[in-house]
Amino acid sequence: MLKYIARRFVQLVPVLLGVSILVFVGIHLIPGDPAELMLGDKGTAEDLARLRHQLGLDQPIYIQYARFLAGAVQGDFGISIRTRQSAIWEIGQALPVTIQLSAAALLFAVVFGLAIGVFAARHPRSLADTGAMIGVLVGISMPVFWTGILLLLVFGGLLGWLPIGSLLDQGMAWHHVTGMPLVDGVFTGNWAVARSAAWHLVLPVVTLGLASMATIARMSRSTMLEVLGLDYVRTARAKGVVERRVVSRHALRNALLPVVTLVGLQLGLLLSGAVLTETIFALPGLGRLAITSILARDYPVVEGVVLIAAAIFVLANLLVDLLYAYLDPRIRYA
Amino acid sequence: MNVVQAVVPGARRRAAALSWRRLVRSPNLLIGCAVLVLVIGAAVFAGQIAPYNPIDEAFADQLKSPSWLHLFGTDEFGRDIFSRVLYGARIALGAGIVADGIAIVFGVFFGVVSGYFGGRVDAVIMRGVDVMLAFPYLLLAMIVVAILGPSLINAMIAIGVVYTPQFARLVRGAVLAIREQEFVEAARGLGGGAVRILGRHVLPNILSPIMVMTTLTVGFAIVETAGLSFLGLGASPPTPEWGSMLATGRSFMLTAPWIATFPGLAILVTVIGFNLVGDGLRDLLDPRLRGRGF
Repeated sequence: MLKYIARRFVQLVPVLLGVSILVFVGIHLIPGDPAELMLGDKGTAEDLARLRHQLGLDQPIYIQYARFLAGAVQGDFGISIRTRQSAIWEIGQALPVTIQLSAAALLFAVVFGLAIGVFAARHPRSLADTGAMIGVLVGISMPVFWTGILLLLVFGGLLGWLPIGSLLDQGMAWHHVTGMPLVDGVFTGNWAVARSAAWHLVLPVVTLGLASMATIARMSRSTMLEVLGLDYVRTARAKGVVERRVVSRHALRNALLPVVTLVGLQLGLLLSGAVLTETIFALPGLGRLAITSILARDYPVVEGVVLIAAAIFVLANLLVDLLYAYLDPRIRYA
Repeated sequence: MNVVQAVVPGARRRAAALSWRRLVRSPNLLIGCAVLVLVIGAAVFAGQIAPYNPIDEAFADQLKSPSWLHLFGTDEFGRDIFSRVLYGARIALGAGIVADGIAIVFGVFFGVVSGYFGGRVDAVIMRGVDVMLAFPYLLLAMIVVAILGPSLINAMIAIGVVYTPQFARLVRGAVLAIREQEFVEAARGLGGGAVRILGRHVLPNILSPIMVMTTLTVGFAIVETAGLSFLGLGASPPTPEWGSMLATGRSFMLTAPWIATFPGLAILVTVIGFNLVGDGLRDLLDPRLRGRGF
């Protein structure tokens, strides 16, 4: 297993290098000179030349890339054109918000998706199964931004059950440890913060996790149906094993494998959906930072956000692959 | 006439009848087709069906709730939402066609070249695909829009770029499976050139997975183009685009919820249509995957 992990990590290097080249080239293709943007209308031609020299923009492109890569490895993406803060500081503030949101959405999707899928598979062609599968079809097809708006309208606006947007109740502050209010609230024993953060997370999590939940429900239903029809399950039933145990101990384990792969694929969907969810619920996460920076042509922050998001995505996918290899030894030795 | 038809007269007719029976027996496919006919009909005949001009402002009719005069109500500029949703179908289908068209053309090209020629070409193309797939797709689309400049057509191109590596990977896999088959080897043995073999023998045999992938991705391409417009990176007002209609309707959610409700519903119905057709086609064309859908 260790050899397999090492091999997979080595394979990551060229991919991440490729990502860095694509990001660098992409950002350089965006029309407009970062130095001009930073100076605005105030600077003279000499100021511009000085700033271009300072930023290394007068160097050949490969030297600029080498400097960018050396900085990126150390987490230095330069200074934000918009806020004049260091880009990595801005990203550091936003990243925990996105991680908390995506992780909670993934948990929601896996728990409810599996539960619905297994339930539907145990009652195939029943009214509940048909209803669940229609729900799944709608869930997969709902655009994230519309789901968010509808949930806001119904649960935030009309019923007033849940708070609209932001991380915590107005005026509430918390002691930053991880930057995730829910986690920090629990760790520091500040239950008021934890409760408020959890309450504020409900609508964004459902919005972001709905499509993934539906996809997982659909996949787990079909794999469960397949597994429940296999000989070893029939043998277990013939031996007199209770149905609940047949499902949980015998069938579910094998049905889980394709679901694990699917969870890996959902990560990209969740990170992309986070951009929209954070915009709708006014959450100060990585997605919202990305869109604000792109609209403001704040290139250092865009570079950092995209590179870090891609690195997280690639690493999370690797983690899923390792989990898969752990669950199914045939993959390790292939 | 091929061998089967020569030996068994009427084989083609029977195969067609079998496909038709399967089609009729698949309610998902039928419902999906019906939904798509409705959406395509709305797009084609928008000019005839729409009671109002989708862009003309009528300040006397601002924020009117749904009624017989305005079936879906009016927006903050007094524009008829029903007419805007109908015209929006044109843009949505256009987005699906442009984005998927780009992905198919480039994805099939790179996939075929990679799978058929193998070796270094394959390695280079597939590493490129790996790199593109390493991006969360919306971020990649946002960068492409940032390079090209925010506009509706650039949003469509961006989504096409995002889907290209997925098509390339699918097509490469299909070509690898076909490449070593005897009929391709026979064609090669008879002296057929690469272009002829690819065009006459390989491409026709990988059409089914491409067709299934196309129908399954068109719906999502429509959603994602609308998503970019929602973020302000696609269509700009007053274009009757569903995503940007939703974005403006968001500010009036509590006072005039119909502004955002109907464009959202239109996206949902269209995507459900494409998903049902995609699933149905997959079941029909690839029996191994039957039952993976609904």
